[in-house]
Amino acid sequence: MNTGFAKSVLYVCVLALGIFLPIIFPAYIGQMTLLWLMVIFALTWDILGGQMGYNSLGNIFFFGVGMYAAAMIQVSMYYDLAEYTSPAGGGIYEFSFSQYFTGMTVGFTVAALVSVVFAIILGRLVFGLRGPYFAIGTLAIATVAGELVSTWELVGGGGGLSLPNFPGEPSGSRTLFYSMMFLLAIATFSFLKWLYSTRFGLAINAIRDDEEKAEGMGIRTLQHKTVAWSISAFFLGIAGAIFGNFNNFIEPLEVAFPTTTFGIFMVLMVLLGGKGTLWGPVIGAVLFHIIKELTWTYLLGWQWVALGVLIVITVVYFQQGIMGWLMEKYPHWFGIRVEGAKQRLSDMMDEAAK
Amino acid sequence: MSDSSIVVDNITKTFGGVVANKDVSLKVKKGGITGLIGPNGSGKTTLFNSIVGHHPIDSGSIKFEDQEISTFRVQQIARLGLLRTFQQTRIYGKMNCVENMLISIPHRKTGFWDMFASRDSETQENADRLLEFVGLYEKRWLRAGDLSFGQQKLLEFAMALMNEPTVLMLDEPTAGINPTLINGLIDRLKRANEEFGITLFVIEHNMRVIMNLADHIYCLAHGQMLAEGKPDEVQNDQRVIDAYLGAH
Repeated sequence: MNTGFAKSVLYVCVLALGIFLPIIFPAYIGQMTLLWLMVIFALTWDILGGQMGYNSLGNIFFFGVGMYAAAMIQVSMYYDLAEYTSPAGGGIYEFSFSQYFTGMTVGFTVAALVSVVFAIILGRLVFGLRGPYFAIGTLAIATVAGELVSTWELVGGGGGLSLPNFPGEPSGSRTLFYSMMFLLAIATFSFLKWLYSTRFGLAINAIRDDEEKAEGMGIRTLQHKTVAWSISAFFLGIAGAIFGNFNNFIEPLEVAFPTTTFGIFMVLMVLLGGKGTLWGPVIGAVLFHIIKELTWTYLLGWQWVALGVLIVITVVYFQQGIMGWLMEKYPHWFGIRVEGAKQRLSDMMDEAAK
Repeated sequence: MSDSSIVVDNITKTFGGVVANKDVSLKVKKGGITGLIGPNGSGKTTLFNSIVGHHPIDSGSIKFEDQEISTFRVQQIARLGLLRTFQQTRIYGKMNCVENMLISIPHRKTGFWDMFASRDSETQENADRLLEFVGLYEKRWLRAGDLSFGQQKLLEFAMALMNEPTVLMLDEPTAGINPTLINGLIDRLKRANEEFGITLFVIEHNMRVIMNLADHIYCLAHGQMLAEGKPDEVQNDQRVIDAYLGAH
């Protein structure tokens, strides 16, 4: 059928845009790094929020955990962390090319692992909660984490800490982090595309539709929920590590655990695009990022108002999102059909004609 | 090994001051079809919920295949092969019928990495065969939530069969199903029992259905076991007639 061909064209287009846009418009490379970050946010939020029916408001926690874990490793592998972050320090800290990249590789790996470990431990606590209680419980985790890190002197407290400088031209660092974020977005998408095709995808959908029934049928619900959150945490942890280095400076409330900006954006993007679908979060993220940047450029001063209006409209009038709307309008595009319905209809017509 | 699949011994379950089950004992014969009847509010569903571990019991013992299960949780009991369907039909509404079937595989046979198993043709064929068995094959790509109530009951039954249980507990399988479909359902229940060797334990309000189906019947009233015996014995028992007519 043509849909297979159309799909491969779509994939090639997205890949081509991802590769060539930053070359054509080098001034916007930072914006596009953020765009891929938004895509990762939306995709990872949708694992729980869309596919499993658990609206987490605290997924941003893993973003911050990854960011701080990577930063701590990257610095402490070569310097004393307490001295590095002390306000009176003032020393010169340089990282050679190999130090920089070794630290980054180790740091990113640890970031992913620490996030997963946190997801497993915290999952035991919060997965006893359902519905709005889960949302509030997870929000509390992210908020508390931000406040706790603010008081942690070792990592600079509320003053934050700077990450190792890129050993080379600044443009080189921009290209590097753009490529990393782009590749991570592709990896996240591909992984989830595979994941949703396995039994795991069906099981978390079952938990979404009726968790009690799923338990009654013998599905290991806690195991599935924990693994789903760990996958989310894995990709968010790496994303946080990349973003920390991209930003070159991290601090707890605005950058690492921003529950009121990134933490809410990820929910909104998924709702806008259509939750519980693979492409919904991607479409939602792209659309949202464009709208957000346009309002920041042309409605400066009113940008938060515009964003608020967008949130209200989406949540109140357009909960099903773009993909959900398409699914209602054209169910046959998504394979929802009665077998042999056409045949039976024509049989009935013949019968009536006789 | 005894010839009973489930042995309930003297269980009591109260909700606050309400005694839902009092000293209830019964046996579900292996390979047979056992019925459970009783007026509304007599504690039938509570008894079902106690057996499958939905809530803890106050006292007594429940054995499944000679194993004490009264402290087990719902998922553990389901994975032992003791499965129940719900009175208020429960299916996965936003998934299509095939997906509903594919996720209802017997989870007792799966390990950790089987979570990530791809769809295999054997499971797919099994799902198709069972959907055909309950007469939903043509509607298999529809979302389960869009099916009629009766069709959802059939789907739930097919999902239960997909799970390959040794004992299946059905809570009012014919409630809300139109009378012409009921005969087909009785036939399918009997075939599930005979061909697949599944022991059935059925709550039913429709006397015609249960008298036709079961080989042994228990009658609950006011949370206590009132009578038991062969269908015609129970049917003619004065206490049962009184309970249903409200003489109690």
